[in-house]
Amino acid sequence: MTTATDLLPASRGGTGTKTGGRRFGAFRFFGGQSNSGGEGAAKRVQFSSPFLPYLFLAPQLAIIFIFFYWPSVQAIQSSFYLEDPFGFGSTFVGMTNYTDVLKSGEYLGIARFTAVFTALVTFFALSIGLLLAVKADGVIRGNAAYKTLLIWVYAIAPPVAGLIGMMFFDQHIGPIVELARWFGWDIKVGLNYFDTAFSMVVVSVWKQIPYNFIFFLSGLQGIPVSVREAAAIDCRSGFRRFWTVILPLLAPTAFFLLIINVTYALFDTFGVIDVMVKDKAANNPITLVYKVYMDGFRGNDLGGSSAQSVILMLIVFVLTIFQFRFIERRVHYN
Amino acid sequence: MFKKFSLAALTFAFSATSSFAATNITWWHGMAGRNGEVINEVSKKFNEAQSACALTPVSKGTYEEALASGIAAFRSGEQPNILQVFDAGAATIINAKGAVIPAEDLIIKAGHTFDRNAFIDGVRYFYADSEGKFVGMPFNSSAPIMYINDEALKKAGVEAPKTWEEFEAVAPKLKEAGYIPLVQSQLTWQFTENFFSRNNIQFATNNNGYDAVVDTELKVTDPNLIMMFDKLKAWKDEGYFAFYGAGWNDNQKVFEEGKAAFWIGSSGSFGGLQKTAQMPFSATFLPYWGSIKGAGTNSFIGGAALFAMSGKSDEENKCVADFFQFLTSPEIQYFYHKATGYVAITKAAYELAQKDGYYKEKPVAEVGIKQLLLPAGEWSKGYRLGFYPQIREIMEREYGRIFSGETTVKDAFDTIEKEGNELLARFAKTAG
Repeated sequence: MTTATDLLPASRGGTGTKTGGRRFGAFRFFGGQSNSGGEGAAKRVQFSSPFLPYLFLAPQLAIIFIFFYWPSVQAIQSSFYLEDPFGFGSTFVGMTNYTDVLKSGEYLGIARFTAVFTALVTFFALSIGLLLAVKADGVIRGNAAYKTLLIWVYAIAPPVAGLIGMMFFDQHIGPIVELARWFGWDIKVGLNYFDTAFSMVVVSVWKQIPYNFIFFLSGLQGIPVSVREAAAIDCRSGFRRFWTVILPLLAPTAFFLLIINVTYALFDTFGVIDVMVKDKAANNPITLVYKVYMDGFRGNDLGGSSAQSVILMLIVFVLTIFQFRFIERRVHYN
Repeated sequence: MFKKFSLAALTFAFSATSSFAATNITWWHGMAGRNGEVINEVSKKFNEAQSACALTPVSKGTYEEALASGIAAFRSGEQPNILQVFDAGAATIINAKGAVIPAEDLIIKAGHTFDRNAFIDGVRYFYADSEGKFVGMPFNSSAPIMYINDEALKKAGVEAPKTWEEFEAVAPKLKEAGYIPLVQSQLTWQFTENFFSRNNIQFATNNNGYDAVVDTELKVTDPNLIMMFDKLKAWKDEGYFAFYGAGWNDNQKVFEEGKAAFWIGSSGSFGGLQKTAQMPFSATFLPYWGSIKGAGTNSFIGGAALFAMSGKSDEENKCVADFFQFLTSPEIQYFYHKATGYVAITKAAYELAQKDGYYKEKPVAEVGIKQLLLPAGEWSKGYRLGFYPQIREIMEREYGRIFSGETTVKDAFDTIEKEGNELLARFAKTAG
């Protein structure tokens, strides 16, 4: 199923954010450059030919062009057409594909769910990952064992995680379903909208926690002991110390993880959702990416699903700008 | 001497290669597991039976994935010779004029004879054009049938129903005996499409979509269909029917465990059920409504057909035609029928199975084919609707809402008809 996501026109939006992630590195570089401009100039003269840098860049540029720009342009183009899937006939329909999608109550419902889902998954995956990292950082004896136990889940591929999650929530044999029944909650994944949404969030969060954990842990370990000791002298409250000293120092890591987690919730949860709804979305919640897949790959409606993936690209674009303009300002790298 | 020898060797080598240079053809399909293995076996049999053609089957995942890969490949000119397309995707490929060579044309061009009447009635029209010419070659065909938990019937002291009225009469007794009277695995295929076929009611305008793509509209607000779902909802509330979502296996499982009395499944489920069912079972036709005039006709075929993709050399097309001929031979049909549980599609193959005593040994295997052999009605030949996989998704969504109480049956069908017709109108534009 991951191959399907990779093929999705929409997952290019995902790559978009990843390039955003790379830009994140570039921002840092520019920041450094303004302090020591001479260093950059010194590097430039080392190339004997002015074309050499472009030659080195060429493979990367080629990949970006072939796998990102070119398909994006194609998606934008076909979003204005209604096309026979085999490519025999196509009719120019202007903005009809967009208006059809945006007028559809169903689509807006899916968009709402995607927003809530992304917010929940990002929030819980980040906060639980942070909590575990802080706790694991404090463990002195046997910390390697704890860390390994917390990390290994990340090695599971999303569809497999979905499968394992599905087993936990299975209507007939799921242990979590059995457990919930003790508390009088009859979980019915696949039948009840809320129950399915709940289990999707749980499995998606569970899958992402180890990733966040690794980054937070390394971030925590990068905080100098001297700073911690100075803080300990100034303030007795551990929580306040964490809030005012440790967390701001973790901000660069947290910002990076925020972007990664939003992308994860928007795009990479495809495998989990596909397994949870078992190929039949019916009245279950799905995300926008899954809708693109359903209409484009199962329904063969290329125009409609292209319009949807262009909309997704725009969403990711806006989100990335927002993150860099408004959130990154509050992040201090040094 | 050496010269002579090398010349002889060269001649030998040349003749050897030319006699072994078989034409390669490929077949993309959407079958996995045991059914995928059987496809490999059939291909092997074909390759062993002749030497001019070499067939390579390739599994592309599910039905939907096979169709999507076939389309992508066609657009880049890398299409396989044969593509398996499922029932709901038939309109997509048949309406793409020029994507496929009609199977009938292909076979006749290759010098074989083609007799439409050799095929059993239920499969004859579904993949054909409005004049009855075979566009796709029916391959794995199935019918929705009702499986019966023999123990439950014995315990409740009732007989299996032929009509839904009879079901209503026996359901309370089955419930009293501690069983869920009814479960099913696919509301779209079994209670919508085949509701129209079994009860002989029109499904869509333009002759169920066969005559034209423009202005084809669904007729799912038919009062009889609404009645069927009102009944299902009422049965669910009374405990006569249980619904476990749109997933096929979640619903089948209850029957396998012996908790349900009747399960509407596929005739192709038979093979698997023999291994998984924990109680003795039998099967009968999908019930219909005795109160509907003219009901009791045959069902549409489910499953998939094989399509010969265009843009290939005559040599390769000849091989595809030869393979289609091979595939419809009674021996291969019988082999496939036995190995998978899908029904035999030709009358000769059916007779062979009868003569061999297969149905005496396994009466359940005959139910699907018998149901397809029932007299055809005006509306039981098939349907041809564009973007139908998406229309099915709308149905699944609305049916889920009916049973979770989020909507009423009437509203659900109004929504399906509205959104479905919008999709059909969009499809008509793509073909323009």
